[in-house]
Amino acid sequence: MTHTISILCDDIPGVMTRISGLFSRRGFNIESLTVGHTERPGKSRFTIVVEGDDGVLEQVRKQLQKLVHVIKVWDLDHERILEREHALVKVEVHEQDRANLLQLITVLQARILNSSGSIWVLEITGDSKSVDSAINLLSQYTILESIRTGKIALEQGAKERGPSNRL
Amino acid sequence: MKKGKSTGAKALVRTLEKAGTELIFGYPGGANLPIYEALQRSTIRHIQARHEQGAAHMADGFARASGKTGVCLATSGPGATNLVTGIATAYMDSSPMLAITGQVSRTMIGNDAFQEVDITGITMPITKHNYLIQSAHQVAPIIEEAFYLAGSGRRGPVVVDIPKDVQTDEFANQHEKRRVLEGYNPTTKGHPGQIKRAAAVLREAQRPVIIAGGGVISSNTYTDVAEFVKTLGIPVVHTLMGKSAFDNYNPLNLGLFGYHGSRAANTAVSKSDLILAIGTRFGDRSTGPLASFARDAKIIHIDVDPAEIGKNVPAYLPIVGDIADVLPRLTSLLSNSSNIQSPTEHPRAAWTATLLKQRESINNGNNGKINDKGLDQARLTTPVALAAAAEAFPNALLVTDVGRHQIFAAQHFPVAAGRNFITSGGLGTMGFGLPAAIGAALAQPEKKVVLITGDGSFLMNIQELITAAETGINLTVMVMNDRRLGMIQQLQDGFYSSRFDVSRFTQDIQFDRLAADFGCRGDRAASESELQHAVVAAAQAEGVTVIDCKIGEEEHVYPMVTGRNLLELTEGEA
Ligand SMILES: Cc1ncc(C[n+]2csc(CCOP(=O)(O)OP(=O)(O)O)c2C)c(N)n1
Repeated sequence: MTHTISILCDDIPGVMTRISGLFSRRGFNIESLTVGHTERPGKSRFTIVVEGDDGVLEQVRKQLQKLVHVIKVWDLDHERILEREHALVKVEVHEQDRANLLQLITVLQARILNSSGSIWVLEITGDSKSVDSAINLLSQYTILESIRTGKIALEQGAKERGPSNRL
Repeated sequence: MKKGKSTGAKALVRTLEKAGTELIFGYPGGANLPIYEALQRSTIRHIQARHEQGAAHMADGFARASGKTGVCLATSGPGATNLVTGIATAYMDSSPMLAITGQVSRTMIGNDAFQEVDITGITMPITKHNYLIQSAHQVAPIIEEAFYLAGSGRRGPVVVDIPKDVQTDEFANQHEKRRVLEGYNPTTKGHPGQIKRAAAVLREAQRPVIIAGGGVISSNTYTDVAEFVKTLGIPVVHTLMGKSAFDNYNPLNLGLFGYHGSRAANTAVSKSDLILAIGTRFGDRSTGPLASFARDAKIIHIDVDPAEIGKNVPAYLPIVGDIADVLPRLTSLLSNSSNIQSPTEHPRAAWTATLLKQRESINNGNNGKINDKGLDQARLTTPVALAAAAEAFPNALLVTDVGRHQIFAAQHFPVAAGRNFITSGGLGTMGFGLPAAIGAALAQPEKKVVLITGDGSFLMNIQELITAAETGINLTVMVMNDRRLGMIQQLQDGFYSSRFDVSRFTQDIQFDRLAADFGCRGDRAASESELQHAVVAAAQAEGVTVIDCKIGEEEHVYPMVTGRNLLELTEGEA
């Protein structure tokens, strides 16, 4: 089972190493990790997808909370989550397939970032599932390269749920 | 230097003084000499170890014996890496320590400069937190913060790495403000609702037992534990780290439980319906296989570290907080309640009586008691030596190394409640004993400090005998010299093909002579009567005495869990 956790922390050198090091040291497996600035200056927010049951998640959360620079850890509620992931896909498309591909691009609400001859670079945004299926659909053409950002996520509604160090 | 100016090194020393540092355990090198220069004009006493590992364990031993944060100092590169075992040892046992390392100058960092090592990278997983200081005016606030982190919440080591040019940099004597640590807020106050619920469960329990762990000692709550036990009259077992959490002479103390626990203690835990766990992390040496651990028990788990709750065993009722806050409140709820029956009427009284009887019958099995064969012929064994030492040193502060003698000491050398038992429980670091005992003796000069070590462990930091002699401490070292790595031999005997090439020494070392060369008093004992003389003499002597205890063919240390649960014990012959 996967969980999406969100970590608010001080934006200082080494914080990334501390967080990712904790995952590997404790044997927790990271599926994806994104990090960036937030509305608060000097603070970053990580979105990390981890594999594991509820017990594993509980340990991850508590161990993260022990890091001095970690301010808050949330387990994002899958019901209320708003998530986005970004992918760039480079496909090779032959003359005879172009019309079909253009149609598919419209359906997927993808964008063409660049096209040079038969090589097109597409941009896809969506929740992780729709990015999965978009890439899946595109694989009928030749995918030369593709890359995904990993997801970022927020919960709907009022800003935050209660502190995560409740027990 | 101009007025109103300071340097990083001076700021460091001043901040250490302000934090109440009396002692620094250290070793010099190119990258920390500016700090030594500044230390010369300080009231802080420097104890020069003979190896940085020794310095780290000394700081740790000092911390464990005093409750204050121990400070050690090393140079960059090899000096810093030599601290690593000591830092990891402190981390595993939640001991407050500040380790200061010199680093190459800022401009050289990352260039593989001479004696450069990324010590913050190396120690990240074995510290509570660590720092690489980037400018001289950060020194004071970071050192203050480091003390705060090391000595609050669940204690632990903090490393501060200071580049040489930061040490020498002049700066206008105006320090950066200490940051607010938004992400660090240890919960100390226990939840009142949880405490009330705990009281209710405790009142009802038929077969309750207390597990006392090292947290009781780091939070100085041995008297609170004693008060609680008096109120409810329920039995206590302890972990290795929790040996001195509760008076070893109290009849309700069933002793060590777990992998080397007594049958009575392991029965108490295994058959209990309610465990009150105080400051313990349910380490694997305590629980044995988790699947079979205390199947019938509800667990009330008090700990300051929320991450320990539910980590290894599920808690029926967690209480996160400082034991010093939680336990007295729990005691007062229980003593105030009108429906509490007197300890002797409650159904749990029968349970307690059964356990005490079981313990009695084991004790009568002549465990470690003086032999009646006639003292001179009696073979010297570790339990016999320990019994004699315990008699000669009542109220000792006992320190051990790691191995068979460590377990024997935990079982056969009773101590009073308090900071009276120091051992490397979590990391099991051979070589910890001597330097830790030096730190402890410096922290508690009025106490009789006794180190029980093995010939294997002792050799791992034996150079610190010189330090011990220099400092003028009083210390008795008893080397259980069996010319073996006893614990290893026991494992090879039990689980491997009993080939002992790596666990037997051919060389018979005369530790008394060696000690004399290092400036200590050396003595030796090959029989029980010799030993009795030796310990009595040592108890009266000034300075450091090393007694080379010539142990014959040593018995294995039992009980030992050899099956799938804590009751499948091999007990050996008593
Ligand atoms: C630094 C270190 N290396 C190896 C070990 C593994 N080990 C555990 S006990 C032991 C033997 C200890 O021998 P000794 O100090 O003579 O004590 P004894 O068991 O004979 O009482 C060894 C090698 C360890 N705990 N620590």
